[in-house]
Amino acid sequence: MKTGRQSLSTRFARAGLLAGCGLVVILFSGFEQPAVRVQGADSVGPRSLEKPTQTAVVRDYLYAWKSLSAAFEANRAELLDAAFVGLAKEKLGGTVQEQQQLGITTRYRDTSHDVKLVFYSPEGLSIQLLDTVEYEVQILDHGQVEAIQHVHARYVAVLTPTEVRWKVRVFQAQPE
Amino acid sequence: MKQGIISALVVMIALATGFRLAASDSDALQVPRSIQAGDRLSIRTGGSGQAVLYIAGPGQVLRRKVQRGETLVISPEDLHNAGHYVVALVGPSSSDPGSAEKTEFDVVSSRQPASLSFLAKPSRLPVNLPGGISGVAYVFDIFRNLVLQPLQVTFRLSDVAGTPQTQSAETRNGVAWVKMNSATKAGAARFEVSVDGVADKRVVQQVPGEPCNVRMSAQRTGQRVVLETEPVHDCTGNAVSDGTIVTFTETRNGRSEATVDVPLKRGIARTEMPALDGAVVSVATGVAMGNEIRLGGRP
Repeated sequence: MKTGRQSLSTRFARAGLLAGCGLVVILFSGFEQPAVRVQGADSVGPRSLEKPTQTAVVRDYLYAWKSLSAAFEANRAELLDAAFVGLAKEKLGGTVQEQQQLGITTRYRDTSHDVKLVFYSPEGLSIQLLDTVEYEVQILDHGQVEAIQHVHARYVAVLTPTEVRWKVRVFQAQPE
Repeated sequence: MKQGIISALVVMIALATGFRLAASDSDALQVPRSIQAGDRLSIRTGGSGQAVLYIAGPGQVLRRKVQRGETLVISPEDLHNAGHYVVALVGPSSSDPGSAEKTEFDVVSSRQPASLSFLAKPSRLPVNLPGGISGVAYVFDIFRNLVLQPLQVTFRLSDVAGTPQTQSAETRNGVAWVKMNSATKAGAARFEVSVDGVADKRVVQQVPGEPCNVRMSAQRTGQRVVLETEPVHDCTGNAVSDGTIVTFTETRNGRSEATVDVPLKRGIARTEMPALDGAVVSVATGVAMGNEIRLGGRP
């Protein structure tokens, strides 16, 4: 039979364990989050960009990187659906299909983004951004890591609004 | 010493000719810094033995078995999606991923446009509205890569009379846009965009604007008065759309006696009201106030 004192100490121990786990989760999730810098969107073309829109666009663009990473690592094109649409979804889905055929997977880990919103179309149906991004690519052949490369590149993305979020319609790197 | 000088020369020549070298070995894996979509890619490898070459990017993934020391040629059909790619040469013996020879290169879009994504808005708007129509064009090459090099795009809006309004805009990061005025004549206008022989079009319906003025006449028939407007036009002479509401109001001694809302039918509004002696009938539509008519006799 447990005494009240034992019960209390057990509870404290459990609470400590939970707190520790929470800290680990926080640290781990913090580790996984890329550093993000968003440059002022003072001049984005014909339409002014409200702060909530800017926040939503950047959030959804970063989510697109997570979707890409998950889809390419698991070779599951349907994981792109939540963040990509149209041409971008088609092309990235094609890459996933190529990976499947070759027995290759790739791991993309974005570590930093420097995002600049450059164009918001007058009718509000598309927004374009430039992203100077750093990421690590791992190439795995039949589960074995064959190469790891740290990449610094510049991407141009066009996002369009959908029912619930902005989705990436064009996703393309360009030489710096 | 001599070998070092030769190595340095090789590096300088490679850099000068736009080749990128693998970080691990200057005389091994050599890839151009960039190629244009539709061009073939030559990759020089060094050493000897069998190896596997990987090309990986979000746009495409390739794997090729190669004989070290030979030049591998990738055809345009196999690699044409613009983007940033990692090249890794693995083997024949090492199993350490860090030892793979690696480099990077870009596939850039072709300068030749092949298709356009044209957003025109709105599809329906009033005539004579400054900056009322917007056109946005994204330009793509034959491989559906966004053409990022600047291109001159022409936007042309032609009204029903065929009078064109033309504006040119240069693409920035693959997109060009304009704002144009709606025409003075109502009707369907063609909104076209073109770049280097590639074109697309939309139809924009331009509808009459708000009524500019309204004028009525009255004819007494017994205890009733028949009121009828002249055809109602906007300020540029277009007949205002049927269905637009015209309001007739009858007052006597400053007190409202009757109000009737009548939609335009074939450009005119017609109604009957009580013929109250000494009453004043007025007409209005939108922001346009029309004439007043005093009915005969004194109350």
